[in-house]
Amino acid sequence: MLQRSDSVNPDTSGLSSVGTGTVAAPMIFDPRTDIDPDKDYGTPAPTNDPTPVGELISLRIDGKEVRVPQGTSVLRAAAMADINIPKLCATDSLEAFGSCRLCLVQIEGRRGYPASCTTPAEEGMVVKTQNDKVAKLRRNIMEMYISDHPLDCLTCSANGDCELQDMAGVVGLRNVRYGYEGDNHLDAEKDESNPYFTFDPSKCIVCSRCVRACEETQGTFALTISSRGFESKVSPGQDQPFMDSECVSCGACVQACPTATLSEKSIIDKGQPEHSVITTCAYCGVGCAFKADMKGDEVVRMTPWKGGKANRGHSCVKGRFAFGYATHTDRITTPMIRDSIDEPWRKVSYEEAFTFAASRIKGIQKEFGRNAVGGITSSRCTNEETYLVQKLVRAAFGNNNVDTCARVCHSPTGFGLKATFGESAGTQTFDSVEKTDVMMVIGANPTDAHPVFGSRMKKRLREGAELIVVDPRSIDLVSGPHVKANHHLQLLPGTNVAFINAMAHVIIDEGLESTKSIQERCDVESFETWKAFISDKRHSPEETEKYSGIPAAELRAAARLYATANNAAIYYGLGVTEHSQGSSMVMGIANLAMLTDNIGREGVGVNPLRGQNNVQGSCDMGSFPHELPGYRHISGDEVRTQFEKAWNVSLDPEPGYRITNMLDAAVEGTYKGLYVQGEDIAQSDPNTHHVEQALKNLDCLIVQDIFLNETAKFAHVFLPGSSFLEKDGTFTNAERRISPVRKVMEPLGGLSDWEVTLGLSKALGYEMNYNHPSEIMDEIASLTPTFTRVSYERLDKEGSLQWPCNDETPDGTPIMHIEEYTRGKGNFALTEYVATEEKVTKRFPMLLTTGRILSQYNVGAQTRRTENSSWHGEDVLEIHPHDAEDRGIVTGDKISLASRAGDTQLRALVTKRMQPGVVYTTFHHPESGANIITTDNSDWATNCPEYKVTAVQVNKVLNTEDASEWQAQFAEFTKEQLAYLDN
Amino acid sequence: MSSSLPNATPSKAVAVDAAHLSAITSHIDNNEQKPGPLLPILHDIQNDIGYIPDAAISEISKRLNLSRAEVHGVVSFYHHFSTKPRGRHIVEVCCAESCQALGGRDLQKHAKEKLGLDWYQTSKDGEITLEPVYCLGNCACSPAVRVGKQILGRVDNEDFDELIEELTTVPVTLMEGR
Repeated sequence: MLQRSDSVNPDTSGLSSVGTGTVAAPMIFDPRTDIDPDKDYGTPAPTNDPTPVGELISLRIDGKEVRVPQGTSVLRAAAMADINIPKLCATDSLEAFGSCRLCLVQIEGRRGYPASCTTPAEEGMVVKTQNDKVAKLRRNIMEMYISDHPLDCLTCSANGDCELQDMAGVVGLRNVRYGYEGDNHLDAEKDESNPYFTFDPSKCIVCSRCVRACEETQGTFALTISSRGFESKVSPGQDQPFMDSECVSCGACVQACPTATLSEKSIIDKGQPEHSVITTCAYCGVGCAFKADMKGDEVVRMTPWKGGKANRGHSCVKGRFAFGYATHTDRITTPMIRDSIDEPWRKVSYEEAFTFAASRIKGIQKEFGRNAVGGITSSRCTNEETYLVQKLVRAAFGNNNVDTCARVCHSPTGFGLKATFGESAGTQTFDSVEKTDVMMVIGANPTDAHPVFGSRMKKRLREGAELIVVDPRSIDLVSGPHVKANHHLQLLPGTNVAFINAMAHVIIDEGLESTKSIQERCDVESFETWKAFISDKRHSPEETEKYSGIPAAELRAAARLYATANNAAIYYGLGVTEHSQGSSMVMGIANLAMLTDNIGREGVGVNPLRGQNNVQGSCDMGSFPHELPGYRHISGDEVRTQFEKAWNVSLDPEPGYRITNMLDAAVEGTYKGLYVQGEDIAQSDPNTHHVEQALKNLDCLIVQDIFLNETAKFAHVFLPGSSFLEKDGTFTNAERRISPVRKVMEPLGGLSDWEVTLGLSKALGYEMNYNHPSEIMDEIASLTPTFTRVSYERLDKEGSLQWPCNDETPDGTPIMHIEEYTRGKGNFALTEYVATEEKVTKRFPMLLTTGRILSQYNVGAQTRRTENSSWHGEDVLEIHPHDAEDRGIVTGDKISLASRAGDTQLRALVTKRMQPGVVYTTFHHPESGANIITTDNSDWATNCPEYKVTAVQVNKVLNTEDASEWQAQFAEFTKEQLAYLDN
Repeated sequence: MSSSLPNATPSKAVAVDAAHLSAITSHIDNNEQKPGPLLPILHDIQNDIGYIPDAAISEISKRLNLSRAEVHGVVSFYHHFSTKPRGRHIVEVCCAESCQALGGRDLQKHAKEKLGLDWYQTSKDGEITLEPVYCLGNCACSPAVRVGKQILGRVDNEDFDELIEELTTVPVTLMEGR
């Protein structure tokens, strides 16, 4: 336990403990800061909120006085005072269960030996945790456990990390009187079906920790104890192998297992780690904190870190298991150059690559003008790296042609929330969901795309929160074990704004708005204008039903539920932003939250779920062509002058090109050079034909990546990138949480990404001097008002910080807009519904919408190079049984998918998750060509592509040998480019 | 995990015939609104179909918002529920204390030998399934045996043979209706 001798804020405290005989003032223990994340307290804290000192209860355990919040178990109270009661079935990530009986204690005035895990601490209680009587009982219990357990400790994979072994030691077990010859489970067969972990039931003590972890932590309920008595055993599904059950391979069971029964295969192969480093996951925008468990410079296991405030000790299959890509043989670790893309690559030194790239860029600028080159920053790289790339573009290229892959995902979020609230970010923490009464999930699939947060949502739903799902598909949240949406509003893709307007219309129509908060906190003039607009009958659900497909009565019921909840929160994803009206929809969401007073406290808010690990950060770092770090417009003289002074260069006051402008200009032939760090526009951006044509037109494409991705096949300069394990830096997650990324191994290519950018910049004649990313962060903090008090020193000490973190909010800002909106008064924006131009026709009678899946991540460059492909080896087209039957399609059939942009071929999955007329696919595999199909329609305000709506036709392919024309070309081009690599 | 193509070998849930499926659906319909509907549904299905088909478990879990594992946990916990088809007659021999005290162990042994079956096995002709049971509440007349809904008391080996004879013999009426 961390004991603090200095007295902290006396209003907030969890526990104090005083040694016997001392009369000193009790030391105050603050559970928010004093809990040691590496210690197991046995049972969870009764609440995450600090308890006032006056409400603490006091008890004596083994003579020590302990003060704890009401509801704390005796086991936890003891652990807080560093009295460690033996236990097996208890762990502090799970509710007390009381099955192993090892934690029994004696309590003065009570009969028998109660289990300390299930006994709440009470005022004045006097507890004995050790005496001869309990020692004997504990020894007897262990004796029975060990009578049916293999005695192969020395060769066991859990050796060194086995609670059963520890407890045998603690209780002093010396012999087993029952012998080992009786009935036992020692011959039970292993289940090795899961690629990442092994289930060895011969070592199982049936403590149910795995079953409870699957239920309480993950919320999948894939495990049970089947049968009873001696026959009891852990059963995935209906006594099936793990891979045939609903198991999502999150690994919570493996982490909870106290023995070797559930073990990572990497640990079985390599043994226990010898040191660990805390770092941040590089997959989705949840930003889970992990302990990278190391042997030397090799990662042998990733364990979600209990101290991580975004994930609270949980993880998904990607973060925990899919790290093998970092050392995959496909990694390119040497710089390469070539004069044209029809030539083999030449491996060169960094110096030569930098010089080559710089001279080409300069040559282009000389011939085609300063604006003929630009750069794209990455939402996967660190804040520091992103900052450097935009700095390079602005200072060394001398223009503002910098954009980021957030352009194609959450740019409307930045625009929409800035316009209404005044800040381009989500308003809440993830913890906030624990106080939510009604969740509205719009165009997001958290259980697949943000699984750890999805689990936290499900936990709150099991506690009784209500749920509205707005999605064309029946996502897992709609109905599943212990989760059922109160309303599933199954709208047609492209009608979001009609839906959100109808919600607001009902609230005004039925007088459910929060007049007081609108008067106090919002711009009343904008509200009145907006009210007149929204009250019009064209926004009524009875009208919008005609094109959105949401029954009016259902929508009215949902609107009432949202408007009348104590705490209602909106969670949304790319189903909101990736539309021709993405920005309007974001503003519509913000309007709805302001209208119902659901902003500015825990449990409410507007929460964009960010797709990639550092989408928030890359936007914050000035990656957009019109904004300097901190979302400040480049044309503002004051801000620009500040940067000019700091960077010692003069900056162009005119905004530069967006990605779409860059590509268009490249096709036209006026834009010739591009530096792309860690993004794969050839796969991820819409209308692949157009993107490929643009890339082929470039004279100098510099790609910095860990793999030869699709974009790199068009490149002239390849600079080896480094994975998140190979560099220091920070990521900013969806809750504005800046978390440290730490180097655990040397970069395979010799340089971290930030060092590569420095090298390129120097060759371009603009030298930047940093010895460590912490110095880059210091510069960011000095130039960005929302980051003023952020430093590596603080991150090391405090774990993470949520911006704005400055002199006004030195501890960061978990919840935004509490007193007032960042822009002052909340602004109601008019959001007229305009139907997309992408309409179904006779030729293209269905709508395609795209998304992702749990086991794969984004373009799949990382996850496809791991065993995660065991779950999703190819992209498939989901189609409703009616549509499938019309076309004679059954699951597994090869189908052609065509839009006005292009066509490709996939296999079909017939499922009722879809509604008739709508089909769905993912874009994780390049050869699927999902973006051959998507068009270049985009959001009116930000050019975020309309990925979610494409009119298509689906047909069965009779000759399954064929591929589409593009797929054949793709295969040929890939073969050719890979051959250039071998030379 | 969801959304990938199903494996070539489908999971344990084998196709169940349409009649079973509609029976399962109607038993769920009839009980769904009850508090704690799982056990009543399982009883009705077993009483109707004779066992709990694997497919019933998927169906129940979907309708009650439970997982397959949870339903399977309940089904496998109670020995009363069978997940395999059983004989036309279920012969249950009581193995509890009172019956043991009054010759039940002999009767159990005899029953197994007579039928050539161990517990939970079904005769090859599909007529009889032999099962142990722990107390039928008929201790005053131990040892007890239950067949279907009928409980028999003070059963000795001869009574048991007679019972089996009855169960395996079907009376035939000639010229019925004339």
